[in-house]
Amino acid sequence: MKYRDISQAIGFLFLKACLAIVLFFLVLIIWDISSKGIGTINWAFLTQMPKNGMTEGGIFPAIVGTFFVSIITGVFSIPLGICCAIYLNEYSKNNWFTRLIRMSIRNLAGVPSIVYGLFGVVLFVQMLKMGTSILSAGCTLGIMTLPVIITASEEALKNVPRSYREGSLALGATKWQAIRTNVLPYSIPGMLTGTILGLARAAGETAPILFTGAAFFIPFLPKSLFSQFMALPYHLYIMSTQHHSIIKVRPIAYATALVLIVLVFSMNLIAVLLRYKLRKVKKG
Amino acid sequence: MDRLKICVEDFNFYYGNVQALKNISMNVYKNSVVGIIGPSGCGKSTFLRSLNRMNDVINNVRVEGNVFIDGKNIFGSNVDVVDVRKKVGMVFQKSNPFPKTIFENVAYGLRINGIKDKKYIASKVERSLMDAALWDEVKDRLNESAFALSGGQQQRLCIARALAVEPDILLMDEPASALDPTSTAKIEELIQELKSNYTILIVTHNMQQAARISDMTAFFMLGELIEFDQTGTIFTRPKKKITEDYITGRFG
Amino acid sequence: MNKIKDKLIFFFFLLSGLIVVMLLAGIFYLLGSTSIHAFKEISLKQFFFSDNWNPNAYGEPSYGIVSMIVSTFMVTIGSLVIAVPLGIGTAAYLSDIASEKVREIVKPVIEILAAIPSVVIGFLGIVLIGPIVAKIFHIQSGLNAVNGSILLAVMALPTIISLSEDALTAVPNTYTEASLALGATKWQTLVKVKIPAALSGILASCMLGMGRAVGETMTVLMATGCAPAMPHSFLDSVRTLTSSIAIELGEVAYFSTHYYALFAVGLVLFIITFIINLASDIILHNYQKVYN
Repeated sequence: MKYRDISQAIGFLFLKACLAIVLFFLVLIIWDISSKGIGTINWAFLTQMPKNGMTEGGIFPAIVGTFFVSIITGVFSIPLGICCAIYLNEYSKNNWFTRLIRMSIRNLAGVPSIVYGLFGVVLFVQMLKMGTSILSAGCTLGIMTLPVIITASEEALKNVPRSYREGSLALGATKWQAIRTNVLPYSIPGMLTGTILGLARAAGETAPILFTGAAFFIPFLPKSLFSQFMALPYHLYIMSTQHHSIIKVRPIAYATALVLIVLVFSMNLIAVLLRYKLRKVKKG
Repeated sequence: MDRLKICVEDFNFYYGNVQALKNISMNVYKNSVVGIIGPSGCGKSTFLRSLNRMNDVINNVRVEGNVFIDGKNIFGSNVDVVDVRKKVGMVFQKSNPFPKTIFENVAYGLRINGIKDKKYIASKVERSLMDAALWDEVKDRLNESAFALSGGQQQRLCIARALAVEPDILLMDEPASALDPTSTAKIEELIQELKSNYTILIVTHNMQQAARISDMTAFFMLGELIEFDQTGTIFTRPKKKITEDYITGRFG
Repeated sequence: MNKIKDKLIFFFFLLSGLIVVMLLAGIFYLLGSTSIHAFKEISLKQFFFSDNWNPNAYGEPSYGIVSMIVSTFMVTIGSLVIAVPLGIGTAAYLSDIASEKVREIVKPVIEILAAIPSVVIGFLGIVLIGPIVAKIFHIQSGLNAVNGSILLAVMALPTIISLSEDALTAVPNTYTEASLALGATKWQTLVKVKIPAALSGILASCMLGMGRAVGETMTVLMATGCAPAMPHSFLDSVRTLTSSIAIELGEVAYFSTHYYALFAVGLVLFIITFIINLASDIILHNYQKVYN
């Protein structure tokens, strides 16, 4: 064997090892959580209140809280995100303002989640007097999700051929008519994909809701948008670091982690399947 | 003259700093077919797209001069570009049906104009498809996707779609360039029939086609209108040497 | 009529773009205007140069963030040391060696890694990785900078892998063919031609991964021990900028000096990540220019 063949063999081995290690991490994470979490999960765990200082019982309020806060997140971020994407893709000219918007979106995507939490405390909790509530937490997560939704929606708009717009304009449609009747309908599936991915991320976030509404333990379900709430990721944090008998509640923590990743993965799966189907439709 | 339909006066067009059309002047009469020929990049498509202001879609363009349609300047300050485009229909080089049914493609222009009367829409769709010589081929499958049609049928569908809005003028940008000879022949035949009701401007890179279908022919080069005359004159005794060179195939 | 209506619609969409700009400006402004109150009582010198953070000390509270900054960069650099070679190696494998079929399967699988919430990764740091770290280094608790670095590396990996792979795939085929035609092996082509050609894209991906690591909260909060002292080695417990805010903001009184000081920490964090993201942006922009 020549020297260069040996060096290639070693090099390729190294690359294969890299991939193997990355996949090992993933398998380890999923296997550890599934194997240790599955034993605790049953119907009662998913549908009951926590009991006995959260050492027994279920995580129902955390599931409900995550569900509600995700809805607020969506209500806040989806319309604004889609409108901004429409502006960027359909109306904007190549000028300083457009560049400013794009720069802002990129930077919003890089802002640490805890900083969103601080912003939420000042703006929503204090200035807008929404208090620590589902509403404050949802809006905070909404801002955080905005860049994902804008980017995905713009991508979806870009995929609509130019000829749809021109054909419509040439028939005497106004610009908005062309967009509404001949662009938006064909970009909705793509937008939906991005939106689900964004909401999945928001549902798993903890730092932004730490101080804007998530609560340690509430013995009843949230009554209004201004209630504090329990949330799955926050519950996992509490159960693994803040609880008074951490070792005893470890099975609950594992099960909560499993529920959380199953939730997030299934949302991702839906988005991926949607994207897959979309591609097939386009080709067909 | 009351038969004057389009009057272009000293028209200049710029993409940024690049001048794409230079001092174009041209008169087009009602119910005539004008063929526009010239080498690629000579500005013939830009000129055509100026007549219904489709170039507005592009950023950073500028126009000088006037285009009068029925005596009204379409670049005037009070003009609504949407009205211009309703009056001046357009058929694109590549057929561009919308991903809707055949029926909905033709009905689209009516619907965006706020027409809701179902009976009227149905009759108008039928009329337009007949005028575009497509009705017999599609009458049994109006609810199928427009993409199920052949290339030539798609292009005639786009013509029907344009006709449904009741324009006076039809602009056609190389409408047959992507079609097979049979489909091309059908489109050419159709143009001859449409002539009695519409004024037609057609860009083509096929000189025989221009000779076959047009009454007047305009020869563009490098953004200038070199020669504009009766088709017979242009193809048999052009006044300029360069026109002759192009027509006899010495370049382009 | 149409004209006015279209103009109104245009302004409506313009407004949504404006809101997005105002949100970023608003974050910056609110962090700035809130933190400024902190410096009525805390000297800039103490804040930026003291390593003693002890807001609850009796009599003389102290607000120095040096140890937090050191901690933040320790876990960040630690995570990059792990994630950069692994990430680039995996990206190179996917772009150059893997068959189409393997790629189709592995790429979505790596996307799954990106979807795991940070709180879950932090949890694993406590129950799984931490104990392993403790065993390997023969120490009592594995909640330290090494543990944090490993976990942050796992979180930065998907970003680095997918963007580096894009950069490698974008290298024009002509380069590869030219190199192979000269008798270079695939490995030589990868190391000497493709990676250098894709370097700025790869660098940008690492910067983005770094930005994520600096700003990550839950993982370091849960898995690094969070002792508020200057760390001396990677086996010490560390407390980053993010985890300090997360730990303390829940317990301070609104509008106290301590509260304002935490916002100042947030501002510092915001500025650091802003600079990192800007740098990666500039690198990526220049790189796109080269290819277009």
